[in-house]
Amino acid sequence: MSNVSEALKIEDWRLTSAEDLKALQKQILSGRDPNRPEIVVCHGTGCLANGSEKVSDALRTALADAGIEAKVMPGIKTTGCQGFCSRGPLVLIRPGGLFYQRVKPKDATEIIEKTLLKGEPVKRLLYKDPASGDTILNEQDIPFYKLQERVVLHNIGKIDPTDIADTIAAGGYQALAKALAGMTAEQVVEHIEQSGLRGRGGAGFPTGRKWRSALKAIETKGRPVYVVVNGDEGDPGAFMDRTIMEGDPHAVLEGLILGAYALGAEKGYMYVRAEYPLAIKHLEVAMVQARELGLLGENILNSGFSFDVRINRGAGAFVCGESTALFTSIEGKPGNPRPKYVRSVEEGLWGRPTILNNVETWANIPLIIGKGPDWYKKLGVPHSTGTKVFSLVGKVNNVGLVEVPMGVPVSAIVEDIGGGVPGGQPFKAVQTGGPSGGCIPYSLKDTAVDFDSLTKAGSMMGSGAMIVMDEGDCVVDVGRYFLRFLEEESCGKCLPCRLGLSRMREILDNFSRGRGSEQDIEDLISLAQAVQDGALCALGSSAPNPVLTTLRYFKDEYLAHVNNQTCPAGVCKELITYTIDPGLCTGCTSCARQCPNNCISGRKKEPHTIDTDQCIRCGICRETCKFDAVRVS
Amino acid sequence: MIDFTINNQKVSAQPGWTVLETARYYGIDIPTLCYHESVKPSGACRLCMVELKEGDWSKLVASCIYPVQEGIDVHTETERVNNVRRWIFEMLLATCPASEEIREMAARYGVVSTQMPVHDPDQNCMVCGLCARVCEEVVGLSAIAVMDRGVHKKIGSPFLRPTDVCVACGCCVSVCPTGAMQSIFDTVRGKPAMEMTQLAV
Repeated sequence: MSNVSEALKIEDWRLTSAEDLKALQKQILSGRDPNRPEIVVCHGTGCLANGSEKVSDALRTALADAGIEAKVMPGIKTTGCQGFCSRGPLVLIRPGGLFYQRVKPKDATEIIEKTLLKGEPVKRLLYKDPASGDTILNEQDIPFYKLQERVVLHNIGKIDPTDIADTIAAGGYQALAKALAGMTAEQVVEHIEQSGLRGRGGAGFPTGRKWRSALKAIETKGRPVYVVVNGDEGDPGAFMDRTIMEGDPHAVLEGLILGAYALGAEKGYMYVRAEYPLAIKHLEVAMVQARELGLLGENILNSGFSFDVRINRGAGAFVCGESTALFTSIEGKPGNPRPKYVRSVEEGLWGRPTILNNVETWANIPLIIGKGPDWYKKLGVPHSTGTKVFSLVGKVNNVGLVEVPMGVPVSAIVEDIGGGVPGGQPFKAVQTGGPSGGCIPYSLKDTAVDFDSLTKAGSMMGSGAMIVMDEGDCVVDVGRYFLRFLEEESCGKCLPCRLGLSRMREILDNFSRGRGSEQDIEDLISLAQAVQDGALCALGSSAPNPVLTTLRYFKDEYLAHVNNQTCPAGVCKELITYTIDPGLCTGCTSCARQCPNNCISGRKKEPHTIDTDQCIRCGICRETCKFDAVRVS
Repeated sequence: MIDFTINNQKVSAQPGWTVLETARYYGIDIPTLCYHESVKPSGACRLCMVELKEGDWSKLVASCIYPVQEGIDVHTETERVNNVRRWIFEMLLATCPASEEIREMAARYGVVSTQMPVHDPDQNCMVCGLCARVCEEVVGLSAIAVMDRGVHKKIGSPFLRPTDVCVACGCCVSVCPTGAMQSIFDTVRGKPAMEMTQLAV
C-alpha cells in the first residue's frame, strides 16, 4: 500500500456500516490537498512495455534530487492504462492535466525542474495533433480524449489501483454500501433490469434478464449458487477487460459482490487468463484490501451477508472464454464446451445456478446501483444502453482504448477519436467482434455501434476489439488469419469446428495462391453455413463470420484472386511482384543492402532492379525506400 | 406425455426424453455416430442435427441432447440439415478414410466421395470420444481419454503410455462406431489383447 494508506492506518479500519465508509472517504479526502501537484505515470501494460516503470523511477529520483520542501512535495502516482497506448509512456501533471507523451527516463529532470518548479511545459513532450498540426497542452483538449465519454473507465488513469484508499476517495464501494443498507436483493435485480444493461462479452444478452432467470432457477433448485467473472479475454487486438482489471480492480469486485448479494451467493470466481499477470496481481491486492476493510468476506459491512471470491487462472485456451468451457475449466476438467440447451443460469458451475458476466459488465453494476437505472438509461440508445469500451487497433493513428456511448457511428470512433488511417486515406473496413465478428466496410461507416445495428450489418459487437484496415489489407489474408487462429484454438470436440475450419482455411490458402474457382467460393459459403449451423458452441458457430462478411462486402477481391490471380491489396505473396520504378530510384543502395536474399542489384546513383525469380517478397525494400520507388503489382 | 411433431408427424414423448430418443421410438431415421444409449450423450459428431421451426425462424440443434418440449416442430430432412450432414460426411471420409463403417454409412446418405484432402489414409478414428465415455461411465475406469485440442485431438491412455488401469474389457472396442478402437486398444495396455485377456482370467 502507498504512503497515503499507511499514514491513515487503513488496516485499523474495519468498516461496519455505510456511515463508516463515508467517514473513511471523508478522512482520506481531508488529508489530501486538491492543489498538491501530482505526477501521474501510466503503468498500464502497454506503457510498462514501453518502459514507464523506468520513467516513474527516474521521476522519483529527480524529485528527491530537486530537494523540494515536504510541504509542497508533489506525489508520484502510478495508474492503470490511460488509454492512449500509441503515445506511451504517458505522464500527466495534475491539477491541470498537462499531458506528456513518449516520455523517456532522461526527460525526468527536465519535467521536475521546468514544469513543477517553474510551471513551464516541456514543449517537445507535448502532443501534436496530426490533423490540425496544433500542439495541445492538456489531456482534456486532445481530440482522442475530448470525444470520449469515460464512464466505466472514469477511475482508470486517476487512481492507483493497488491502493484501496484511492478507490474509496473516488467513491468506490458506495454502491455496495447503499445496496446493503437500504436495498433488497430483489431491488438490485430490478435496477439492473431497468437499466437495460446488456452483456459486454459479445452476444449482448440482457443482464437483468439473466439475473432474473437465475433467481427463478434458485426457486426450484435452491442454493448454493455462484457468480463468476469472465476475464478470459482472448480476441486478437482486444484489451478492454485487461485494462479494467488492471486499472480499477475494485470496480469489478464491487460489481461481483453486488451480484452475489442479489442472488444470495456465498462464493464467486474470477476466471482470468494467466497471460494477464498484472491484472491478476491487482485483483489479488484488491481482494486482500477489501477483506481487511470488511468489504469482502464474512459479514460484509455488518449486514449479515457474507461472500468471498477466488481467482482461477486460465491456462491459455481461447475456448475457455466460452461460458460452459470456462465452467468445466474451473471444475478442473479439460476446457470443452457443453451444449447449452439447459442454460448456465440453471446448470452452470458444478451443475448449480450460476451467473457468468464479462469483466466490463460487472464493472457497470456499481454505476447502475450507485447512480440509478434512470441515469444509466440516458447513456447510449434505447436498446443498447450505457457506454462501450473499445480497443482501437490496426491501421489507425490513435491506437488505444476508447469509451463511447452506444449508438455512435463507426466513423466517429475510427476517424474522429482514432484520427483515421495514417496517410489520410479512408479506411477500407473495420473488423468488430474479433474472430467471431465481421467487417464493416467504409460504405457503412455511418452504422451505429450498438448491438442490433452491428448484427444487422453482418458483424457483431463482440467484446470490443476494433481492428481498422486500409487498402493495404487483403480480405482473403484477414480471413486466413482469423481461421488459423480459431483452428488452433478450437477445442476439437465437434467435427464442424475441428475439421470445417481447417477446410475453410485450406480453401482460402488456395485463393491466396491464385488457385481455386468461383465454384470454390460457392463451396466455401456452403461449408461456412454448415459450420455455423452445426458447431456445438459459439466459437465454431461464429467462426465463419469474418469470411462471410468479407465475401458479402468484398467479393470482387475474392474474384480477383481466383479469376485473375491478383491480390489487389498486394499482400498475398504468391500473387505479387516487387519492381523498382527507374524514374524514382535514386540509386541510394539502401534496399540492396537490406535485401535478405541479395536479389537487388545496381550501381550507386543508378536505378536498381529486383531479380523477381529470387525475390521472396518480404517487402523490406519497400519499407526501406525513402523515395517510394518500390512498386507492388 | 409431451406432444410435438417430427416431420409433421404427431409424436408423444416421456418427460426427460431427447428428440433423438423420440425419433428412434417412432422409427424416424436420424444418423448418429457418437451416440450410445449406455452413456450420456455428448453431441460431438453433429450428424444428428435437426431443424427446429418456429414461424419464419428456425435453428439447428443436436437431437441427441435436445430435451423434448411441448409443441416443438422438428424436421429431420431440411436443406439446412442436409447441408450440415453432407459436409460432415465429407469431413468424415477425409479424416478417417480407412473406416469401412464410415464409408458405408456415408453412402447410405448419398455421399460417396469427398473434396477434402486426405492427410492420413490409414486413419479410422474420428475422435468422437464414445470409447472414453464408456470407459468412464460404464466401466468406471477412465483408462483412456480424449486429449489435446483442435486438429491435434486424439484418443489414448494418459500421456500415451501403456497403463495398468485398463482391464481389457473391450467395451471401447465394441462401441466404437468406426472400428478404430481395435488398433488403439493394444497401445493402451502395451500388450496384445489376447495376452491381456488370459492374464485377467
